[in-house]
Amino acid sequence: MSTNLRPTASPTHAAIRTPLAKVRGLGSAKEGTDHFWKQRVTALANVPLTLFLVGLIARLAGSDYATVRATLQQPLIAILLLLLVLSGIHHMRMGMQTIIEDYVPREGRKLGLLMLNSFFAYSAGLTCIFAVLKLAFAAQ
Amino acid sequence: MADANVRHERPLSPHIGIYRRQINMVMSILHRITGAALYFGTVLLAAWLIAIAQGPKAFDTVNTLFAHPLGLLVMFGYTWALMHHMFGGFRHFIWDTGRGFDLGTVRLLGWLSILGSMAATVAIWGVALRMRGMI
Ligand code: HEM
Repeated sequence: MSTNLRPTASPTHAAIRTPLAKVRGLGSAKEGTDHFWKQRVTALANVPLTLFLVGLIARLAGSDYATVRATLQQPLIAILLLLLVLSGIHHMRMGMQTIIEDYVPREGRKLGLLMLNSFFAYSAGLTCIFAVLKLAFAAQ
Repeated sequence: MADANVRHERPLSPHIGIYRRQINMVMSILHRITGAALYFGTVLLAAWLIAIAQGPKAFDTVNTLFAHPLGLLVMFGYTWALMHHMFGGFRHFIWDTGRGFDLGTVRLLGWLSILGSMAATVAIWGVALRMRGMI
């Protein structure tokens, strides 16, 4: 192949790297820019959604139970909370994955922590989602 | 050709421990620390929501915890972490477009997000306390 898109590490490397692998360019983890891209998409979504949460809490702080409950039962507020949880959990799970991969070199420990990361993120996320849905679908 | 005794003349990457502290490295690690703090802080959001779904008694318990001076401190810290991480995210968005990599811009953005996050945190709490006439 004469169309070398980027410099290769060594002659051997060039010889065993097929054009298909070059085109796919997915790297050693076989996921290409997927992780990076999702981290950015969720980060962008987090901006308005977390600002909404900050505003909501600032408004509700100190309110009585009936007010807080009635507020969270409004469909738009419930939906925004659900979106926040979806985006936030996804974002923080991937973020923590990066942190673990950066600092934990030992394979076994790394895999264990990556699992714990998923357990924690999905547990926290599902708890929030369950609570919001329970409130939203409860009798007024 | 190769002389095994010239080891000491090879350039070494300076260890982080001997670097003078600079805004860009502080910002870099702060983005990570605030991200991790927010990560564990989601427990607070989950506790609040589940308490509301549970009923008035659980709600009162959680409210008492949040209203305790320590609880308020944690919430204040959480607000700042969120704001700082968000401003840090904005910097990443700028860099993702391939812009803003020169040292001057990096330093400027670093200081802007430090000051911006502090100002935003104070503003949020100011407005929240103001709304209930506490300040
Ligand atoms: C407010 C909007 C937010 C924005 C704009 C944002 C932006 C970002 C960006 C761009 C990254 C990638 C940094 C990199 O590639 O080095 C990141 C990482 C991360 N974010 Fe966020 N984020 C936001 C909210 C959150 C929230 C709410 C959480 C947790 C609940 C969170 C947790 C994390 C974690 C744990 C990381 C990994 C940190 C690292 O690798 O050093 N972020 N964030």
